[in-house]
Amino acid sequence: MRTMLVGARALLVELDDRTAVDDLYAEIERRRVAGTLPRCEEVVPGARTVLLDGLTDPVALARDLTSWHIPRTEAPATALVEVPTVYDGADLAEVARYWEMTTREVIATHTGSRHRVAFCGFAPGFAYLTGLPPGRTVRRRPAPRSAVPTGAVGLADQYTGIYPRSSPGGWQLIGRTDLSLWDTGRVPAALLTPGTEVRFVEVPA
Amino acid sequence: MSRVLEVLRAGPLTTVQDRGRIGLAHLAVPRSGALDEPAWKLANRLVGNDEHAAALETTLAGPALRPRVSCHLAITGAWVPIDIDGRAAPWGIPFFVRAGQTVSIGTATRGLRAYVAVSGGFAVAPTLGSPATDLLSGLGHPPLRDGDTLPLGEPVGPPAVIASAPYPAPPTELHLRLILGPRHDWFTDDAISLLAGTTYSVTPVSNRIALRLHGTPIPRQATKELPSEGTVTGAVQVPADGHPLVFLKDHPTTVGYPIIGVVDPSDLSLCAQARPGTPVRFHLKTVPRDRRIRFPEERP
Repeated sequence: MRTMLVGARALLVELDDRTAVDDLYAEIERRRVAGTLPRCEEVVPGARTVLLDGLTDPVALARDLTSWHIPRTEAPATALVEVPTVYDGADLAEVARYWEMTTREVIATHTGSRHRVAFCGFAPGFAYLTGLPPGRTVRRRPAPRSAVPTGAVGLADQYTGIYPRSSPGGWQLIGRTDLSLWDTGRVPAALLTPGTEVRFVEVPA
Repeated sequence: MSRVLEVLRAGPLTTVQDRGRIGLAHLAVPRSGALDEPAWKLANRLVGNDEHAAALETTLAGPALRPRVSCHLAITGAWVPIDIDGRAAPWGIPFFVRAGQTVSIGTATRGLRAYVAVSGGFAVAPTLGSPATDLLSGLGHPPLRDGDTLPLGEPVGPPAVIASAPYPAPPTELHLRLILGPRHDWFTDDAISLLAGTTYSVTPVSNRIALRLHGTPIPRQATKELPSEGTVTGAVQVPADGHPLVFLKDHPTTVGYPIIGVVDPSDLSLCAQARPGTPVRFHLKTVPRDRRIRFPEERP
């Protein structure tokens, strides 16, 4: 664990691997619910980091962090979300070529993996899901599409993402879902929040 | 008579702003909110509002507004000419407007963003707890358009009775205090000296998301990719082209380029008032020895 000051009010904690990020984020949330976390406005997980912003005394928290006992997160803290997905994305064949398998095998790999929301970014409610087998990474498209439709399921690097609304995007599209990913009338507005376990289920078009 | 205000002329970019959305950055929701916080709060206090009430934020040229009820207005931030039905009205102190009169706000003579508070505040429906316009993700009330009507709240207190409110003039050059980190180790010492020694210029593509700067590009030592990480308002990002930018309140919640340093929060109101062409200097702030983070295993 490496802790860095981010200006006068924030801390960035860098961890060795993804699991350690999940564990620290879960511990911070536990302490926040229990009321033992110092006043903090934002807790933002990243790929290898957790940011704590809006702190009164970031240095004191940095010192305190070294004495934290951070248990391993075994069971998902939140409910499992199933994402019914039609696997007819425009880049499905491209991903199959890249992985040197058939499109059926790509779908089996994707539906057979246990995914988890590592962090959100890019747009409100856009979740970066980890869980693909090691080595099953995907390059972004060389040129992003100017409009990716709402609900498109895409792959990039080691992540799966679902577009919460139509936007430009460079991820390789493998399918689509009708689930509402983002609804400002709902609490929380995002269906997929950090730590959420996700399973993709194939449905007919 | 309904408590509303008509927007006769919206101006180039006039938005509704308050404190913004707090506690949602982990869902990739930007903070948003008034860029010049002291000016926004002052405008509210002048008309007797809670200082966190929603107000209008203008950009360079102001709107023309017609309240359908008698009310008090106060306009702060950028220096703008104001008139009521063609007669000059004061900047920086509250003034009374009768129902049906037109308040016209002209082009800023100094600074960039003015704040327009109305007694009772703007009672615009919130999205995720705030009506604030977020230009990155499209949340909140859309930028004003000609012909909009905005609901007003009930006044909660009397306007301030003063002849003038002392307030610093909008800056004509920016001196921004910078705390290095978290990723200054991605840059050489020479690159950091360059950042501290260069007079940058605010470019016209700056907006509520970031103040984009032009000057000598900052070379990067590490050419590796930065895995996405969370960031804060005031963070100075150095993208691949080496031209630094200062993140303002509509900034993305995570970044993929290194943050070399973070601007002191009390200097962000200066950034809000910087017009294109404004010179910018960074002044590195040393963290006092007892404020540095040191862990036992790192002691020399």
